[in-house]
Amino acid sequence: MMIFAIVRSAMVSLKRDRAALALSFILPVVFFSIFATIFGGRHDSTPKVNVIVVDEDHSRASERLVAGLKQEASLVVKTRPETVKGVEQPEYTGATAEIAVREGAAPVAVIVPHGFGESPIALGPSDSNRPTIQLLEDSSDMVAPQMITGLLQKVAMTSMPDLMAEQGSRYFDQFAGGLTREQRERLDQGIRYLRERQDSGATSGSGGTGIVAVTARAVVGENKHNPMISFYAAAIGVMFLLFTASGAAGALLDEAESGTLDRVLSSRVTMTSLMLGKLIYNSFLAFTQLVVMFLWGWAVFKLDFWSHIPGFIVMGVCTALAVAAFGMLLASVCKTRAQLGALSTLIILIMSSIGGSMFPRFLMPEAMQKAGLLTINAWAIDGFTKIFWRDQPVSELWPQVLVLLGIAVVLFAVARRVARRWEFA
Amino acid sequence: MPAISTSSTPLRVEALVKRFGQVAAVDGITLELRSGECLGLLGPNGAGKSTLIRSIVGRVIPDAGTISVFGSRADSMAARNALGWIPQELALYPRLTCRENLESFGRYHGLGGAALKQAVAHCLGWATLTDRAGELVKNLSGGMKRRLNMAAGMIHQPKLVLMDEPTVGVDPQSRNHIFEMIEKLRDEGMSIIYTTHYMEEAERLCDRVAIADHGRVIAIGTNAELVQNAFGSRSQVVARFAGADERVAAWVAARGGHTVNGSAEFTIEHPSEIAALLEEATKAGFELLDLALRKPNLESVFLHLTGRELRD
Repeated sequence: MMIFAIVRSAMVSLKRDRAALALSFILPVVFFSIFATIFGGRHDSTPKVNVIVVDEDHSRASERLVAGLKQEASLVVKTRPETVKGVEQPEYTGATAEIAVREGAAPVAVIVPHGFGESPIALGPSDSNRPTIQLLEDSSDMVAPQMITGLLQKVAMTSMPDLMAEQGSRYFDQFAGGLTREQRERLDQGIRYLRERQDSGATSGSGGTGIVAVTARAVVGENKHNPMISFYAAAIGVMFLLFTASGAAGALLDEAESGTLDRVLSSRVTMTSLMLGKLIYNSFLAFTQLVVMFLWGWAVFKLDFWSHIPGFIVMGVCTALAVAAFGMLLASVCKTRAQLGALSTLIILIMSSIGGSMFPRFLMPEAMQKAGLLTINAWAIDGFTKIFWRDQPVSELWPQVLVLLGIAVVLFAVARRVARRWEFA
Repeated sequence: MPAISTSSTPLRVEALVKRFGQVAAVDGITLELRSGECLGLLGPNGAGKSTLIRSIVGRVIPDAGTISVFGSRADSMAARNALGWIPQELALYPRLTCRENLESFGRYHGLGGAALKQAVAHCLGWATLTDRAGELVKNLSGGMKRRLNMAAGMIHQPKLVLMDEPTVGVDPQSRNHIFEMIEKLRDEGMSIIYTTHYMEEAERLCDRVAIADHGRVIAIGTNAELVQNAFGSRSQVVARFAGADERVAAWVAARGGHTVNGSAEFTIEHPSEIAALLEEATKAGFELLDLALRKPNLESVFLHLTGRELRD
């Protein structure tokens, strides 16, 4: 009987603790849904890989290869940049495609070179004179280049059957006129090569091997010691910044509860100046956290920190302001520390998962990638990636700077409005 | 009450009303604080004392009525500078030292440089915390925190101080220490409003007392005036009887008295009435345990005016 009384009082307490209820039931369900959507392979929302395709050859073979790639459901083939103000942009060239990959427009560019059509496929060892398809890759995306390499081989098989036959007959002419000693050696060599490849588990990646010869080259991150360090420094950093910022902003709740806030507001300090003071402090705290994180990355993981200082400062300040304002809004909305703890955990974990702090956004379905743009995480990570990964100049940070500062201003304004409840009774 | 309204009047509250939903926390309070006076605001919890104080410091916006502080509106900067507020809560930064707390609140009031340094030293001395200046607030004893809480309200050297139950939760020794601080302020001619629900505090510290109940001031005057107005020359008899409480209480009520903490209290014109009272008790079958004759105090006045005890 007494045991049931204990169960009953615990259940009643839980029922009345909305924060605990949300953490117990809503957060796991939301998280499960996010992970299931990303990794569960729902067919209607499988992530598509953007790929830039440049056909320098314009031969029958190259056009059919490009057409074959376009038919692949898992690819979004771009042959020219997005239209700007309704004006169609010129087709990508090898040079513009490389810039586009550097800037992050797509993780891979496929360049079909001049002369590809003369000898599009080969079944034997590579011929050093044969023109090879160039794959320009962003090595921060570990999935897309591998996928494109495989798909190129598949498309070569499926979109060019006649070429396959042609090449087959050439081989026949070459080898079938009675096997001379020399022919036997060459055939053996070919078989040996194929066997070795099979045994070594090599894939048709770089080095001009495979049915279509492909040479892969990293155009972003080729000089980086560890491609993902800068990504994770930003991604994990922003998530913890959000937690710290909401915790620090919770000081407002402590002060309201202890009566300190009342005392401060009875002095010459106004609510606006009080909140601006807190915003500056919380931003400073967040910025310092980022500095510590990136310095650690430099000291331990060889992150190239010192040559990116201006970009780091710009992104650091904007990110810090945005997270500080976010924390202040949460604190001003909540009535108690416990409520703030629950709400911030709920929102920050969701924002971090869809905003790319837990796994790169390119792994996510398109709709979720777009939803991610509603988070501070996504914009901050994009900005830091531009600096540390793509080595882009500070001037290229303007979209991230504008959005993060916009978020900071809007969230702070709303927080100030909500904080009126502390101002007067 | 004399209708003086000049800028030399520290505080004037007129027909103040503040409602929270259906409840009128302050229901038409009018009062005036004279220069250099300590006015006690005595009333039970929920009488509206804190709401009145918070209205004066601009933390509560009244629904009706006016407040002027030395002739300025309560929400004006002049009023903020003139007012010192010692809230009931320990409104301090726990992870800052005593000195750092005082410096912070001083800066919030616009002090700086030598003036701030001097004010901090003065307030630490007033609160006898000079030797604990570098101590973190969270490590102080309850009494020390209370004293620092008071010092923080005085850091900008206000001309009028509002003290909202500054002795809540402190031991008798610390309470005495706080009384000495307040008496020192009084001696220096500070105008003070002192809210409390302890009758003894009001009697010891205040020149006049306003008795508050249900958001109204039901009587105001000096201690002697309040007792005189309520009881005239009458005295009180306090008797304790053995036996069933309910029967005793019913008999006491029928006899025109009150039962307070198990004791029967009667108001009498003349000590000769005591004999008749005891005779009736004996006839009713009550055994007398002890008996005292005393002069009415503020507690008696409150009971007389409201029919309830001050600490109900």
